[in-house]
Amino acid sequence: MAAVAIQIENLTKDYPFGFLHLKKKRSLEGLTMQVEDGEVFGFLGPNGAGKSTTIKLLAGLIFPTAGTAHILGKPISDISMHQDIGYLPEQPYFYDYLTAAELLDYFAQIHNLKATDRRERVDRMLKKVGLETARKIQLRKYSKGMLQRVGLAQAILHDPKVVILDEPMSGLDPLGRREVRDIILELKKEGRTILFSTHILSDAEMLCDRVGVIAGGKLRGVGAPDEIVGIKAHGMEILFELPGDKAGASGATALLSKATRTGNRYRMHIEEAELYATLEQLKNVGARILSVTQVKASLEEFFMGLISADRARAAAVDVHGK
Amino acid sequence: MSRVGVVALNTFREAVRDRVLYNLVFFALLLMAAAVFVGQISIGIEQIVIVNLGLSAISVIGLLMAVFIGVGLVSKEMDKRTLYALLAKPVRRWEFLLGKFGGLLLTLTINTAAMAAGLYVALFYVKHSIERADGVALVAIYFILLKLALVVALALLFSCYTTPLLAILFTSGLYVAGLFVKEMRGLHSDTMAPAVQTLLRWLSYILPNFENFDVMASAAHGHHIPGALIAQNTAYAALYCAIVLAAAVTIFSRRDMK
Amino acid sequence: MLCCLLFPGFAGVWQLQEKIDTQLDGMHQEADDLVLRSGKLLKVMSLEYAPLMADMYWTRVVQYYGDKAVRHDPDLELLWPLLDVTTTLDPHLLVAYRFGSMFLSESAPRGAGRPDLGIQLIQRGIQANPDYWRLYEDLGFIYYFELHDYNKAGAAFLEGSKNPQALPWMKVLAAKVSEQGDNPETSEFLWNEIYTSTKDPQMKENAATHLQLLKADADCKAIDALSDDFEKKNSRRPSSIRELVTAGLLRGVPADPMGNAYVLDSTGKAQLDPESPLGKKKRFYSKTLSNLANQH
Repeated sequence: MAAVAIQIENLTKDYPFGFLHLKKKRSLEGLTMQVEDGEVFGFLGPNGAGKSTTIKLLAGLIFPTAGTAHILGKPISDISMHQDIGYLPEQPYFYDYLTAAELLDYFAQIHNLKATDRRERVDRMLKKVGLETARKIQLRKYSKGMLQRVGLAQAILHDPKVVILDEPMSGLDPLGRREVRDIILELKKEGRTILFSTHILSDAEMLCDRVGVIAGGKLRGVGAPDEIVGIKAHGMEILFELPGDKAGASGATALLSKATRTGNRYRMHIEEAELYATLEQLKNVGARILSVTQVKASLEEFFMGLISADRARAAAVDVHGK
Repeated sequence: MSRVGVVALNTFREAVRDRVLYNLVFFALLLMAAAVFVGQISIGIEQIVIVNLGLSAISVIGLLMAVFIGVGLVSKEMDKRTLYALLAKPVRRWEFLLGKFGGLLLTLTINTAAMAAGLYVALFYVKHSIERADGVALVAIYFILLKLALVVALALLFSCYTTPLLAILFTSGLYVAGLFVKEMRGLHSDTMAPAVQTLLRWLSYILPNFENFDVMASAAHGHHIPGALIAQNTAYAALYCAIVLAAAVTIFSRRDMK
Repeated sequence: MLCCLLFPGFAGVWQLQEKIDTQLDGMHQEADDLVLRSGKLLKVMSLEYAPLMADMYWTRVVQYYGDKAVRHDPDLELLWPLLDVTTTLDPHLLVAYRFGSMFLSESAPRGAGRPDLGIQLIQRGIQANPDYWRLYEDLGFIYYFELHDYNKAGAAFLEGSKNPQALPWMKVLAAKVSEQGDNPETSEFLWNEIYTSTKDPQMKENAATHLQLLKADADCKAIDALSDDFEKKNSRRPSSIRELVTAGLLRGVPADPMGNAYVLDSTGKAQLDPESPLGKKKRFYSKTLSNLANQH
């Protein structure tokens, strides 16, 4: 049985709101789950689902209303636990007038690293996230992508066993996202445990060993990525190319009516059972097959399903009394 | 170095790189130069005007910095989320707060020292000598620093739980109220209920008494300030700051980030 | 392009400003006023910066008085309120008490003609600064010169002499004044003290003039004595000072402290030449408020 890096028991968080803070909004309810040593765990969920809340609870930024959590055996209220975790906040922002090197040095001092150790670490981190050349520039001049990279650097500066990232890919261009993905994979190779939150399914699929789905403050399911979402496969999609003269041939018209067309390219959606038959037909009319992909339910549809189910349940409660 | 010291130094570095600070200090030095001219309007009071204007400038500019930067110490970091990464590290909340307090106090001390130097340069320029009686101004400047420490502590406290605007209002309000504490204590009236009078009396002791630190007239006229007062004021400032900071730590230690 | 505009532009502005100033001066009605007269209110409003405000108000006092003096304007109505505010804001501004008491007490047009206010100011000053013995000197001064109350004057000098830092003449003067009352020697001594001890130019100039006038008085008395001798010898008053010179009673025509010759008036008494600078000053210094009222 694999060792448990993060253990969460019945974690609950209420936020007071309204005049005089008398009303409460429950943003996380009874979360119970585990993250195993050395795995990459993705927190999936729509905005406001409770992902950020959970992560902030683990990082010690907010305090639980009920429940407990342990990281590497230490409770989250223990300050020494923080030496073993690295945290990247959502949309990080740092001190305007410090340079990247100064910021990392500052954080390294907080982590009690010795002076010589610090210099070496800071240099290594800057190189790792690709900010070597920008190390003397003040952070207020950094672009969003650069800030994200500084954030990553400060999260792993002190060699933590557990790394917690809040929406690490948000707001980045494709190149930036690829770089972050690469760094996460590298961290995994180094044997660290990684927990990150996202609402982008493809990122989760590519990186995570396991995925936890949160919506409406509750955990909806934990498992490998395809287990969760890919269940409802909606058939197959074929992308093919057919020059105009061949399209005019008889037999082709019936086939092509099922497809949407852009210029010479066609996109066709069919049931999985019909796949080979359709391919044979296309071969006969001389079409050039470009791609065949499985159509999955999008995460969006999945979440919408969850939310509408939630709403229906809530409405039912109202109708039948409290 | 302890974590408090690390945070303090970093706060200092961040404050010192903000250009606004230099403008303020430059402005103060400009005022000292102006004082030299103003004093010439009436013979014999050049020195008095330089000390009065100089001390006033140091006080006002110091207060501006203490209030506006002090209020931003926590609330700005919470707003901009610079705090998030730091609090996830092995640093206790009280270490963070004390470090912020220390850092701003260090900044204020250095700025005040710069302005004080300007004041003495102006004095020397006018008098062509510095006498023992001129040392009283140094005591007045020290008292201003004590006052600023108290204001920073208050600003920090409010910064921990209200918006920056409200924190500025509360801190400024307490400063002004703290100047009239003695009047409050001596307020008698036949029409006032004894309960109200007792309440006012209690308030007058609980509110921070900023009048304690006002020795501008003595400094201007070279009147000696007894060592006992210096010791008492230092103790008062230290104790009151400790109380305010303890309250701030208590509030901040339980506060959820946004 | 901008440089071409700057210089002629500001030259034009300067010229225009001078024209506007002349216009406004012509239109200008006497309208100086002190809006806030309550020293206590101002002290509250000044928060901790009262001594600085005191300096500002003191500057105003100096300018107010100087302006009125230059224009020979006897209306010094605002002097007391301004001094009241100044000394409430900073009770230790000694020069305010000294200057204030002098120019409040002196009769118009060179002062406000209010010795009572002068005394009130000095007493406030003594209360706030009991160790500054010169305030007692100023108190005695007022009683001596303006109120001619020699007992009170002597008492003030005596009180001040008790201060270990007081100069020894305070005690001497206390006795002298109580015994003899008004005395040119004493007057000269007191004005000289003011002249040497003050740094304020207006006070110094005032004291200097008083000393000159006292000297002129003494000189004229001496000349009159010689005229009496002349009368004894020649059974008539001399018609001019020249006659005294010719008669060998004077070596030359004596000059006043400013260098102008004395003359004889219609009654044969020596006096300052009315057209000489010192003579003109004497007329100014002798006018009292009632005289001024009569002239209007």
